[in-house]
Amino acid sequence: MLAFILRRLLQSALVLLSVALIAFAMFRFVGDPVNQLVSLDTPADQVRQIRQSLGLDDPVLVQFGRYVMNALRFDFGISYQFRQPVTALLAERAPATLELALVSALFSLVVGIPMGVYTALRRDGVLARLFQAVSLVGVSLPTFLIGILLIYLFAVQLGWLPSFGRGETVKLAGGWTTGLLTVSGLKALILPAVTLGLFQMTLIMRLVRAEMLEVLRTDYIRFARARGLTTRAVHFGHALKNTLVPVITIAGLQLGSIIAFAIITETVFQWPGMGVLFLKAVQNVDIPIMAAYLVMISGLFVIINLAVDLLYAAVDPRLRVTLKGA
Amino acid sequence: MTEPVLSVRDLTVEFVTRRGTLRAIDSVSFDIAPGEVLGVVGESGAGKSLTGTAVIGLLDPPGRIAGGEIRLSGRRIDDLPADEMRRIRGKRIGMVFQDPLTSLNPLYRVGDQLVETIMTHLPVGRDEARRRAIDLLAEVGIPAPERRIDGWPHEFSGGMRQRVVIALALCAEPDLVIADEPTTALDVSVQAQIIALLKRLCRERGTAVMLITHDMGVIAETADRVAVMYAGRIVEIGPVREVVKHPRHPYAQGLMGSIPALEESRERLQQIEGSMPRLAAIPKGCAFNPRCPHAFARCMVEKPVLLESGASRVACWLHDGTGLGEETAA
Ligand SMILES: Nc1ncnc2c1ncn2[C@@H]1O[C@H](COP(=O)(O)OP(=O)(O)OP(=O)(O)O)[C@@H](O)[C@H]1O
Ligand code: SF4
Ligand SMILES: [Mg+2]
Repeated sequence: MLAFILRRLLQSALVLLSVALIAFAMFRFVGDPVNQLVSLDTPADQVRQIRQSLGLDDPVLVQFGRYVMNALRFDFGISYQFRQPVTALLAERAPATLELALVSALFSLVVGIPMGVYTALRRDGVLARLFQAVSLVGVSLPTFLIGILLIYLFAVQLGWLPSFGRGETVKLAGGWTTGLLTVSGLKALILPAVTLGLFQMTLIMRLVRAEMLEVLRTDYIRFARARGLTTRAVHFGHALKNTLVPVITIAGLQLGSIIAFAIITETVFQWPGMGVLFLKAVQNVDIPIMAAYLVMISGLFVIINLAVDLLYAAVDPRLRVTLKGA
Repeated sequence: MTEPVLSVRDLTVEFVTRRGTLRAIDSVSFDIAPGEVLGVVGESGAGKSLTGTAVIGLLDPPGRIAGGEIRLSGRRIDDLPADEMRRIRGKRIGMVFQDPLTSLNPLYRVGDQLVETIMTHLPVGRDEARRRAIDLLAEVGIPAPERRIDGWPHEFSGGMRQRVVIALALCAEPDLVIADEPTTALDVSVQAQIIALLKRLCRERGTAVMLITHDMGVIAETADRVAVMYAGRIVEIGPVREVVKHPRHPYAQGLMGSIPALEESRERLQQIEGSMPRLAAIPKGCAFNPRCPHAFARCMVEKPVLLESGASRVACWLHDGTGLGEETAA
């Protein structure tokens, strides 16, 4: 088990190093960063001086090493647009994005899993068919369209929920701002979270349904029924547990893509998160922010993957043995 | 005469498909007495498993019981509400499936599967159920049961898993066990042990057994009576010695003829020339007539019914008591 964790950690480190290389390469391929810092009439001397102070004259490898070392200390340089440390900019906006992503992931699981189970058990029921049909819409409509439709309905027509922003937030220890503790914050969260989570929810519902139908056909379910276990024990004990094993992986990977896809939702709802910051960075060729965002998102993916693997091993005893042997 | 544990009368099972209704079990009748072992043989697709499935009430749609009745100790069970039938499964009728590797839920400890089954059927607490589970594991021959009870299914070999499955089937002391090819998926070396175990446990408890198998050797050693199935019908049923030594139905004769001497007969059934008809194309009259060396005019039009013939009952026009075809059969 320990060997497995160590090996996975090493793999993760390699992945992150490659991502860092790509991020670093962005600085060099998207033009001379000095041009971003100086104006046309800056004297050439001064330009050279800036170059030197930024270490841009050093060999590439040295520069890369410096970038990695700094990244390890969460130092991603200074934003070109804002003239502020990138890390501070991201940290300031991270709570908004992470809260949005976590709430949508939770929404997609809490709604998606029961719907999947229901549609599998009541395969021919009217409601099950309706869920199936609606889920098709969910997977095929683009996120921004869903967002706009929701805004139109609940914000413009009904006026129940705000159409943009994060509402009132509360500052917690460690500088984390949360919208989960105020009514307006929670209200503001609903539409974006549903928009962002709807696709994942339908995905999870369909996955759970397919997986559950598969499991219900297995011998051990037949045998569980032959042993006279109650329908509840068979469906929600035996069948559900086996259904959820593969769902863990998908749900984990989905959390990663929810964070990545937050960009669109944040734009639609003018959500003050990292996605909006990233978009602005792209518009203004603010390489330090883009690079840091890239590294951060891949870091998240790596961490989630690792967590999923460990969770998997915790749930499935067969895997534990294979891992012990490894 | 004691009342049979299981009494099946004119059981008919049908599948309603888009292309019409298929009759997979056609008017099957048999009894199993308390403590008796009834062997059920017949080639693949004859309807052996389906009969067992219908008895324990686990037919999945589109399959359904279309006629007849099933009685357990005299009480009719084929028309019970789902939850009442559920209480009978595991408690009054146990079942052992073919493949022990897939019969146990891989995500549940062996002990937990036993404890949950015991607690479902018997009014005992968790500790008592666990004690019983350990005793059961010891009884089915699992070494170090106090430790193995917390093991996962994948930590057991195929033979050991089938022992666990047998423990699960017997844990509420049922009156009847349906064992559907309990050794087919096992290593040849452990097959005899498992059969011996099943036989011993059932004899000790007076449990009746419906033993479905392809292995005529197992039948000869284990069963008290044998039912031979063909195309959804019982074509011959009687005491094991009679049916094995003096089969009367031409299909049964073919089956038994394929074993040279019973003592060394561990092989699977050899097939009689030709193959069993598909459900959609069962011939008129006797379903066996295309393959039967003795078929005559009546076989083409009239479906034979089970009639007494010596100690057995046979569904063949050669044995309808008129003596018309007897000399041809001899
Ligand atoms: N869901 C189904 N739909 C249609 N026909 C079915 C279905 N399930 C079983 N049958 C048919 O019922 C017949 C009896 O099947 P059964 O499984 O009882 O055979 P068996 O005697 O147990 O054979 P085997 O030795 O292969 O286990 C077969 O012809 C099979 O094709
Ligand atoms: S009824 Fe006729 S065809 Fe059928 S087994 Fe007997 S002799 Fe053969
Ligand atoms: Mg079968």
